[in-house]
This record gives sequence, C-alpha cells and structure tokens, in this order.
Amino acid sequence: MAEEVKVFGRWTSPFCCRVEIALRLKGVPYEYIEEDLSNKSPLLLEYNPVHKKVPVLVHGGKPIAESLVVLEYIEETWRRNPILPEDPHRRAMARFWTKFIDEKCMPIMWKSLWSEGEMQLKLMEETKENLSILERELNSKKFFGGNSIGLVDIAASFLSCWTEVLQEVAGISLFGEAKHPILFKWANEFMSSDAVKVCLPPKDELLSHFRAMKEGMSATKAGQN
Amino acid sequence: MAGDQELKLLGSWASPFVIRARIALNLKGVGYEFLEEGLGTKSELLLKSNPVYKQIPVLIHNGKPICESMIIVQYIDEVWAAAGPSILPSDPYDRAIARFWAVYIDDKWFPLLWKIIIAKADDEETAEAAEQVIAGLQLLEEAFEKCSKGKDFFGGKSVGCIDIALGCYFGWVKAAEKMAGVKLLDKEKIPLLMGWAERFCSADAVKELMPEVDKLIEHGKMVRARLNAAATN
Repeated sequence: MAEEVKVFGRWTSPFCCRVEIALRLKGVPYEYIEEDLSNKSPLLLEYNPVHKKVPVLVHGGKPIAESLVVLEYIEETWRRNPILPEDPHRRAMARFWTKFIDEKCMPIMWKSLWSEGEMQLKLMEETKENLSILERELNSKKFFGGNSIGLVDIAASFLSCWTEVLQEVAGISLFGEAKHPILFKWANEFMSSDAVKVCLPPKDELLSHFRAMKEGMSATKAGQN
Repeated sequence: MAGDQELKLLGSWASPFVIRARIALNLKGVGYEFLEEGLGTKSELLLKSNPVYKQIPVLIHNGKPICESMIIVQYIDEVWAAAGPSILPSDPYDRAIARFWAVYIDDKWFPLLWKIIIAKADDEETAEAAEQVIAGLQLLEEAFEKCSKGKDFFGGKSVGCIDIALGCYFGWVKAAEKMAGVKLLDKEKIPLLMGWAERFCSADAVKELMPEVDKLIEHGKMVRARLNAAATN
C-alpha cells in the first residue's frame, strides 16, 4: 500500500504551489492541509521546527521542508513524468536556474513591489534585467524543461498569477508582453497546462489578499508617523 | 567516462565555497587544473563562464561551466559516481535531509558568521550574531547526532554532503573568533561537533585544503576593509 502524502501549505504561497504542481504532474495523490500562519498548527511546528514555515511535505509520516528540497525528493521518489533531465550537466544547469530564481528573481521582485521612490526604481530595473536573463535562458523552448514542464518551470511559477496580481496592487509594471514577450508566452503556456491550472489560486481572491496586505502596511506606516 | 577529460576549477585558496568543490574532487580521486583568481580581480575566463554571478567557484568540465558550490558538489557526485564514496546518501529521504541542512547552513547560518567577520570594531550587532551562530551550531549538533548514527561524519563512514557544506567554513569560524574576540566553538555546548571537526579537518580529502587561520584573518581584514571603503563611497 502506498504511504500517504500530506502537504502543509498556504493558498497564497507560490512556494507551496510548486509542491502541488510537482505532485499533480506525477499523479501522486495527497492530502492538502491549509495553515493559518498567524496561528501555526502544532503539527507544522513539529514537522518544521527549524523554520516553522510552509510548505512541508510529509510522506509516510516523515517531513521534508524547503520547497526546492521537496521538489528534488518528489522527483527521486516518484519517477513518472521526470522534472529533471538525465544528463548531469543539464541537471546542474536546471539547479542553477532554480537557485537564480529563488535568490535573485523572486526576492528582488518582491522588494520592488513593496518599496518606494528611488529604491523602488532601482529594484524595478534590477527585476527587469533578471527577467531578461531568464528569458534568454528560455530562448525558443516551449518550457525551461524543453517540451515538458521541468524543475525550473515549477520554480518560476510565481511569474504566473502572483506577478500579475502584485503588479496591479503595487501599481507598477515589471513583466508583460511588451517587455518580455517570450517569457510572457511561456507564462500563459505554463498556466494553462493541466497539472498547473488546478493548483493556481483564484486571481480575484489573491488580489483581495494582497490589497488587504498593502492596506495593512500603509496603516502601520501611517500609525508610525 | 571519466578518463580523458579536461577539468578546470576557478577559485581562490580562501573561499570556503571553492574548498567544497576541491573536497568533492578529492573524494572521487579526480585530477584537475586549479586556476587561482586574485582578490578583487575577475579573469576573462571567470566572466565568460559565470556571466550571471561572476563568482567563484566555477568548475569547467570539457569546456562546459558549472557554477554554485553545492551544485558543483552534486554534479561531481553524479558524474564520478563510481569513482569514490557517495557524497549524497542513496535513500531519497536521507538525501532530502542532507539538502535541507546544506540550505540551512548557507541561507541562515553563514550570513550570521559573515556578519561577525566583516563587523567593525565594537559593533553591537556582533554579540547578537555570535549568539545566533552558536544557536545554529547547537541545532547542527543535534542534526549530527541523527545523521551520523554513531559514525564519524554526517555522511556516516565517509565525508558526505553536510560535512562538506559545514566543514568548509571551519577555518573561517576560528578566524571570526579571533577577529571579533568572541567564542563560537565551545566544547561544552557542541561536544559532538568539536570531535567531528577534528576528524573532518584531518580526513585525507580535506587536510591539505584547509587554510591556516592566521592567513584567513589577514584575508578577512582585507575583505572587510574593501567592503567598508565601498560602503562609504
């Protein structure tokens, strides 16, 4: 009998979405448990005592944390529809690009959306440059993984509905058809694929969530002045 | 196979990240050409091989570059799988644990150590960073107990992924202690790790690579001075 799989996540998190996409791609059944991050469950704290964060994958009672670590575990445990190539150099390149996404693309884009003035302009420029670098890597491929979705595509899932929503909330433009046509086309292809579309949060609810977050931040700032 | 191959490593004697790649190559008994990058300079080859980050280490295997130290270590483990002991465990869950701690060490623990290394004299934040470094080491002490299962290394009988990820920083931990006048390595608090560190530093694949602490201190002071000068400009 297959051991049960659970995912502890938060519907607003692109990191949690990565894990669900990978499981769906491989046809792995799982139970999803929504966490309230302002009131973390005892189970989450037990499964991820070091970081106390989501996502956490629990397989047969054994927990794994850190989304990219979870993705590699999923790849090694369920061999159907591989998300990493066989060739060691191509695997190293896939890992390189996922690290680039996690260490540069996402954090800088996130900061650019929530900052102001000179700092925001600087971060916006850096974000656009990072997206151009990603776009050059994608080149003429359908997906970063080639003909099918791979590790890098899954890592880049924040470029789907999150980026669209966050730009709207922040009132700035970073990523669109005009500036990054190839990457934009990829995002649409990615979002409409079967395994992905069921995992993406509803756009209008995500918009409300981040609008509320922004209002909360502005209120805090106003309160501090 | 591994026979007639061109293998170069771009690096620097002081970089813990470069040491990781060298340990992995030593574990597999693989020969390579080491190209030393000077402090503050970046060669044409480096800029061409790592245009995104322009950083060492870069492994160039038959003309193809591989960047980022732990990615290089995994690459070496995969390409020369049969040539030496496995660096990553064979079981997927154990591999996930190894990767988890490697990420923790680099993303959470090392930045605190780095803060101590580049801190100006009497920086208030140094004491706090030192406490956090020690707390991190205590977490790693528990991880060592679980992963080693009574054997010499995190990887068991031989040096593995977490050993490489953490051990490469050992010289810098000692340098940070002297540079900032803080005690980070306490036998009372981390007895297992202290024993492990000694075994790690004297392992065949490692012993010739660990830099002398005094040289690291000198290097650290230069890096600190350059960073502080850049910050004021």
